[in-house]
Amino acid sequence: MQNMKLRIKFAKSGAMRFIGHLDVMRYFQKAIRRAGIDVAYSEGFSPHQIMSFAAPLGVGLESRGEYFDLEVHSYTSSEEMKERLNQVMVPGMEILSVTLLDEHTKNAMASVAAAAYSVRFRDGYEPKFDWVSQSALFYAKPSIPVTKKTKKSEVQLDLKPSIYSMEVREGEDGRPVLYLLVDASSSGNIKPALVMETFLKENGEDFSDLSLLITREDTFTNAGTEKQPRLVPLEEVGKSF
Amino acid sequence: MGKLALKDEILLRIEKPARYIGNEVNAVIKDKNEVDVRMAMCFPDVYEIGMSHLGIQILYDMFNRFEDVWCERVYSPWVDLDRIMREENIPLFGLESQEPVKDLDFLAITIQYEMCYTNILQILDLSQIPLCAKDRTWEHPIVIGGGPCTYNPEPIAEFFDLFYIGEGETRYRELLDLYKEARREGVTRTEFLRRAAKLPGIYVPAFYQVEYKENGTIQSMKPVEEGIPETIRKEIEMEVSDTYYPRKPIVPFIKVTQDRVVLEIQRGCIRGCRFCQAGQLYRPVRERDVDMLKEYALDMLKNTGHEEISLSSLSSSDYSKLPELIDFLIEECRRKNINISLPSLRIDAFSLDVMSKVQDVRKSSLTFAPEAGSQRLRDVINKGLTESVILEGAAMAFKGGWTRVKLYFMLGLPTETEEDIKGIGDLCNKIAAVFFETVPKEQRVNGKVQIVASTSFFIPKPFTPFQWAAMCTKEEFLDKAYATRTSIKEQLNQKSIKYNWHEADVSVLEGVFARGDRKIANVILKAYEKGCLFDAWSEYFQNGVWMEAFEECGIDIGFYTTREREPEEIFPWDFLDCGITKEFLLREWKKAKSETVSPNCRIQCQGCGANRFGGGVCFEEKNASIGKELESGKELECRI
Repeated sequence: MQNMKLRIKFAKSGAMRFIGHLDVMRYFQKAIRRAGIDVAYSEGFSPHQIMSFAAPLGVGLESRGEYFDLEVHSYTSSEEMKERLNQVMVPGMEILSVTLLDEHTKNAMASVAAAAYSVRFRDGYEPKFDWVSQSALFYAKPSIPVTKKTKKSEVQLDLKPSIYSMEVREGEDGRPVLYLLVDASSSGNIKPALVMETFLKENGEDFSDLSLLITREDTFTNAGTEKQPRLVPLEEVGKSF
Repeated sequence: MGKLALKDEILLRIEKPARYIGNEVNAVIKDKNEVDVRMAMCFPDVYEIGMSHLGIQILYDMFNRFEDVWCERVYSPWVDLDRIMREENIPLFGLESQEPVKDLDFLAITIQYEMCYTNILQILDLSQIPLCAKDRTWEHPIVIGGGPCTYNPEPIAEFFDLFYIGEGETRYRELLDLYKEARREGVTRTEFLRRAAKLPGIYVPAFYQVEYKENGTIQSMKPVEEGIPETIRKEIEMEVSDTYYPRKPIVPFIKVTQDRVVLEIQRGCIRGCRFCQAGQLYRPVRERDVDMLKEYALDMLKNTGHEEISLSSLSSSDYSKLPELIDFLIEECRRKNINISLPSLRIDAFSLDVMSKVQDVRKSSLTFAPEAGSQRLRDVINKGLTESVILEGAAMAFKGGWTRVKLYFMLGLPTETEEDIKGIGDLCNKIAAVFFETVPKEQRVNGKVQIVASTSFFIPKPFTPFQWAAMCTKEEFLDKAYATRTSIKEQLNQKSIKYNWHEADVSVLEGVFARGDRKIANVILKAYEKGCLFDAWSEYFQNGVWMEAFEECGIDIGFYTTREREPEEIFPWDFLDCGITKEFLLREWKKAKSETVSPNCRIQCQGCGANRFGGGVCFEEKNASIGKELESGKELECRI
């Protein structure tokens, strides 16, 4: 029997921000058993559920756009499966949609092209300079050189081509929020904190990870071509059933 | 979801913040205004260890089934958070409510091993509860101790308001009701403790006075008031198939030591190994009904989503319905893609068949626990495992494709000689020889056999026949480890044998705590004040600091460890009645010295006294009459 591929979108907030990527994967393996989903397993002595997670999310970040794909033997409807999974979630984990992929769709991990983030400053950690207007100047520069530290070495790279947009909008509480759309593909993933660090340091501010509240707003795939990319949220590749 | 006790800034700079946020699947959240009693169950070690403990899961479930009670969990903050909490004066909090433990009614601490004693002080200290019971008021929770180490609670007696001796399923309801009544009536804390001290199984140290002889041993231990019982008998759940057991255990986010469904199949052990404390404390053997176990297994798997299940008990092979249970689990788990993690089983045709069904033979190993190298010494310790049984089991396993064997031994057992130690090397060598004899060259999968021998150091424990025995010094222990290594190196097949042993410092300390008295409390307090913590973790164990603490308190370690006790000596734990008699233990101690074995409970009752509980193995058909004879004072000779 042919397995079918589902794409599941979820949100992560509150205390769940402190659960790392590997533990989120373990959490879902158990949740899928609790929900009684007819999941497909790999062959071999220790079979595991066939699943693929999109882009790992750093500890401390919230998200409204996390994804994983799951192979199943059978399914009911998008709504029923979403509901069934939500019943076995803990507070801070919410299933947002379940869609069906056609069999040729690249898996979630390989599909990721970009991610959108909103960035807020924690109370008491706001920069001293006018960061709203400076952010526009920062993004208008033709290149943004940085030194990216990897495990083995330091690499010089230009952030600019990897930042697809950077703009400030007014948040729900009336305070400014910075929105970033950046490359999140496996070859060119850019962390929003790196962009912020570069931006703040250029303006003479110290940078600390702790000063930012970052939410991943969604994760995107390229539905166009390499030359004419068209970024769409991962869930839009699948269809409701 | 409520607020977290720790700020993001803290959670983001410590290791594994998931240890401190609660919110796990099946964690119980109640409205604090709707309950009368709030308590925290504590395992005084790091989250991953504490979350693996079955006892807390059972009691957590029981307490939360009581509508008027909300029970939370608390574990030792790891050293990184410990430092921050002290610097910022953050009170230790329950994982569920994220509120300070100091504001709850009870703090119940399970005490599973001696090396957690400084962590108990850490828990109290970080909770901002006075370390010594005498300094507490109604402003502070009632601090309860439970678990195996409470069978000699004396070294830590002054840190606890009360100890619950025995299995938790039986008396907590009454204790909580007494508490509610006391608070309603507005009586003093001491009056509540006085009432509690009269409940079966409850020991309130403050109501007992210990007198010592000039030689440092105990003259007497007596209640200081009328009406406080002289001895306290352990509590025990006789209806093990109809009692509290969690159907929805908590599922941690991070990987913990025991990351699976745990099914406790029986309590107690029929074997009577003379070094083993658990084998004596949990008598009599009580088996759980196999249908109950099947039902709970399915429920727990469904409610947790765990991908693995394990069975828990002492000597699981002795569970009478084991084949039926395992067959059921293999069938169910195959359909659900769930792994079965087997307990250590006696190696025979049945267990090898089961193991080949649930494990990858090439990757798994066989485990034997001969505990001693020679038959003579195995007779002394009453370990009913013979060399021929081991060699036959190994041969059978090698034919089945296994190539790895683990062997566990103890060094420093009473009456041990050089010959016994040499026996360890000899036995390992014989097993290797069996491999080369049984498996023809062309069939040797990895080309060789791997034998791993591990030794631990023997520590005499209360309520065992060896409670009178002398323990070795650190130097003697290490000499024995070197002798073991030498004996292995001299073997023909030494290349197939690997040998592991531990440092001896911790064993010496454990020996002091195991048979210590109230005088030890000062040492523990001093060591804690000097920075000792997480002593069970070798990277944090500071032997030098402990030795200073002993020195400064004027406590002679040898008095507690290397001294063989006279039969008449009053032990610090003699006021506790664990169900088996001191006469039985003394009889076993004498039999040990004369190298005489005692058959197990199912072959012949030894009259230990546990039949007073009126159930379990003592009343299985053939034992019932013998039990009665012994009760009436007749002593049976061992006939084998």
